[in-house]
Amino acid sequence: MKPRIGVFVCHCGLNIAASVEVSEVVKAIKDYPGVVHAQDYIYMCSDPGQNLVRKAIREHNLTGLVMSNCSPSLHERTFRNLAKSEGLNPYLVEVANIREYCSWPHQGDKETATKKALTIIKATIERVKRNQALTPLVVPLQKRVLVLGGGVAGMQTALDIAEGGYPVTILEKQAYLGGRVRQLDHTFVTMEKAKDLAGEMIDRTLAQPNIEVLTTAQIEGISGYVGNFEVQIRRQSDWVDPEKCNGCEACIKACPVEVPSTFDRGLVMRKAIDWTPGARPGEKRVFLDHQACVRVTRQESCTACQEVCDQGAITYPEDEQITQMYGAIVVATGHDLYRKSALTEYATDPDVLDALQFERLLSEDGPTGGKVLRPSDGKEPKEVVFVQCAGSRDPDKHFPYCSKICCMYTCKEARRYKEKVPDGQAYVFFIDVRSTGKGYEEFVKESVQKERLLYLKGKVSKIARQGDKLLVLGGDTITGHRVEIEADLVVLAMATVPSPGAKELARLLNVNTDPYGFIQEAHPKLAPVETLTAGIYLAGTSQAPKDIPHAIYQASGAASKILSLFSRKELIHEPLVAHVDTEICAGCGYCHDNCAYQAVSVDPILKKAVVNEALCEGCGACATACPSGAIQVKNLDSKQVFDMISVVTKDYALRP
Amino acid sequence: MKIPYYPGCTLKTKAKDFEDSAIAAARVLGIEMEELPRWNCCGTVYSLSSDDLIHQLAPIRNLIRAKEQESDRLVTLCSMCYNTLKRANEFFLADEEKRERIKRYLDDEIPYEGDVRVVQLLELLRDEVSMDAIKEAVKKPLTGLKVAPYYGCMLLRPASIGIDDVERPTVMEDVLRALGADVIDDPYKTECCGAYQTVSQKDVVATCAHSILTSAQGNGAEVIALSCPLCDFNLDNRQKEVQERFNGFHPMPVLYFTQLMAIAFGLDPSVCRFELSYNDPVPLLKSKGLIE
Repeated sequence: MKPRIGVFVCHCGLNIAASVEVSEVVKAIKDYPGVVHAQDYIYMCSDPGQNLVRKAIREHNLTGLVMSNCSPSLHERTFRNLAKSEGLNPYLVEVANIREYCSWPHQGDKETATKKALTIIKATIERVKRNQALTPLVVPLQKRVLVLGGGVAGMQTALDIAEGGYPVTILEKQAYLGGRVRQLDHTFVTMEKAKDLAGEMIDRTLAQPNIEVLTTAQIEGISGYVGNFEVQIRRQSDWVDPEKCNGCEACIKACPVEVPSTFDRGLVMRKAIDWTPGARPGEKRVFLDHQACVRVTRQESCTACQEVCDQGAITYPEDEQITQMYGAIVVATGHDLYRKSALTEYATDPDVLDALQFERLLSEDGPTGGKVLRPSDGKEPKEVVFVQCAGSRDPDKHFPYCSKICCMYTCKEARRYKEKVPDGQAYVFFIDVRSTGKGYEEFVKESVQKERLLYLKGKVSKIARQGDKLLVLGGDTITGHRVEIEADLVVLAMATVPSPGAKELARLLNVNTDPYGFIQEAHPKLAPVETLTAGIYLAGTSQAPKDIPHAIYQASGAASKILSLFSRKELIHEPLVAHVDTEICAGCGYCHDNCAYQAVSVDPILKKAVVNEALCEGCGACATACPSGAIQVKNLDSKQVFDMISVVTKDYALRP
Repeated sequence: MKIPYYPGCTLKTKAKDFEDSAIAAARVLGIEMEELPRWNCCGTVYSLSSDDLIHQLAPIRNLIRAKEQESDRLVTLCSMCYNTLKRANEFFLADEEKRERIKRYLDDEIPYEGDVRVVQLLELLRDEVSMDAIKEAVKKPLTGLKVAPYYGCMLLRPASIGIDDVERPTVMEDVLRALGADVIDDPYKTECCGAYQTVSQKDVVATCAHSILTSAQGNGAEVIALSCPLCDFNLDNRQKEVQERFNGFHPMPVLYFTQLMAIAFGLDPSVCRFELSYNDPVPLLKSKGLIE
């Protein structure tokens, strides 16, 4: 059948018409081979403009449209939908961008602009001539969500999705839910107990029938794509049966392995088998940490704990392997603090703590039962120096970014210290106090006045042991004087960094990380809860440092994105994907090597490239890599590309 | 090992004690420090504080002198000379355009491409002699002598040319420990001595020196060891001003680390030129049985 193409040239007000002589374009294109109708209009995207197009499709029985207007990112969809409603396959519509590519850059040069517009339109006509009528791909959708991390962000996402009616699995590396918040004493502004906040969420999470919680579990492998991720999970089996354990501690005494307690940030030592936070705050249980046990670390066959357990509660079953399909994944793996030893000017001293260690000292379930006591000698510190921006905002040596939460938690920690030690003095060294949240500035002001916190604008240059005291050398940039404080305890607001293992996880999930290892969002403003990998979302501090309210915003944002994804029956995917001519393909695999989406593989038996259409984004990297032209992108195959190039280079063609 | 040696102005005058003790002590360890035949000013603050390329000529010429000795290294004692020479070479290497301009002024010299490495004696001891070799050379271990090393700034800053960790250096401690001394780790060991403020603002220097000395004394130090003639002047000679301004201050001797090396190696104390010290170290060293 001979092509019957309609060309529609838009003025876009004066955006196009001021540079392109539209009437001349229409006149010149009318008789171009394949064109049966050409028309211009002031705004083709307007209702009257669209009606012109509709009428033309019907009257001229058009088989293809070349819409000569703005960028396809603006109105390609508009005109494809229009074509569909008129019974014309939408993939027979292409946009010739004569605005961004032509009228805008050639303002004031009408001759060049008009000639170029004509060339772009002719090239697009050649493309449309070989366009195929395509049907969108339908991809099944598994309406089940995997949330990586059981902190407040992960729990919030899980709760939102579960309450929307879909099943959710939370994978938590630790033996308990609650994440970092479990380690905190109070939370800022409201000054409510962190364990109450976490406890309420944990209760709701555990009570929610749609949520499955897998603790001491991690993701081991993943394949598939949005709507259809197949995930391998490894769950450490519980070596202490909580039903049988009566808490007699015989096993703890018998265990030969001592390690620093991770929950108490190394302030105390614990046995490989020891008390650990229970499911809810305030609860505790005996737990055998596989990472510390010599059965795992040294492959030894130690059974010291089992031998002394008269309840028979201890056994050593193998890890559990789980494979499950998920439609979407949320990364909520949280953060850690930068290691203190990186700041060599601040002493490695038992009385120099990071902020989370100090939270443990403040906490009732901490190693001191909530009393503020120095780790070195157990005395109550009377002079405490807090150092903000320890590693943050230091582009030369550490991290250029602001860790965002330290200004607020430092103020809160100083306030809590004063509540517990009223005759003590708290000093806070700061660069700026960034209290930009609802009620934050008021909180800082109130705390400073009420507790007489001494804020010093400047950095600490050195912390050193001087007998019984810690010598803190710093500067006060407001008075211009050096400051020397003989402190009893120093608390460093260490920079917020991603959780250990975040980089490896990102690699596994095929999502990007920023230069510091935080998971990269798809767009900093317009897509802050998505990653560039479809179906993988972000919540909490795995993306960037943030406080609890912001983690919750993002968590609910991710949940609503997923609920909107799940509101469809199935997923629709553009049919503009790569296609393999198996008669030509030699199975060399260059396409596979060049695919950024892992959408092409080589069938090991047939030795032919196979495209996973659901993963293919139609970028064409495979097509350019293919030495024989066997793999082509639909509606942009090499014939179309060459036809278009021929039009564009016609004036430059070598003549015999 | 023979190595060209750049003394600098102070080592020939006020810090003759540093030079004589260093050359003698290094010889014990098999290092022949051969003074450059025709050296000039290291550039001092001028090469560090000005953008003019002309100020880089003096330090670069000294490096060319070392190259004329067919050496790719040049050893210094004075921390300031180390700093200026090393930074001039770093500057010369870093910027091709500036390098070419500087070279235009040096057309009377043999070709130079920044290929002479500046080292300080402490670096040489650590990296090429080794602490074990120093330990072996000790005849009179400095047992019971409580020494606080003091680095000042010029050996360590900026970090790109520092001989050790800019915040927590340990090289001098290691040398002194190899000599058998009781090393006192003092938090003020990298704090400012007051530097050239000593010319016009003695008060500032007295305050700095007082903090450094009393902190060291508080931690039990009997003597300070250092490597910079300017620090030495500020910490030793300025104790007069410290005493005038701070009640109850007890003076203490200040020595170059090389003087302690010479003593520990059993050399004749005359190489140490103790008469140049403001606070006489002899009574202390005698009380420890280190000299007669």
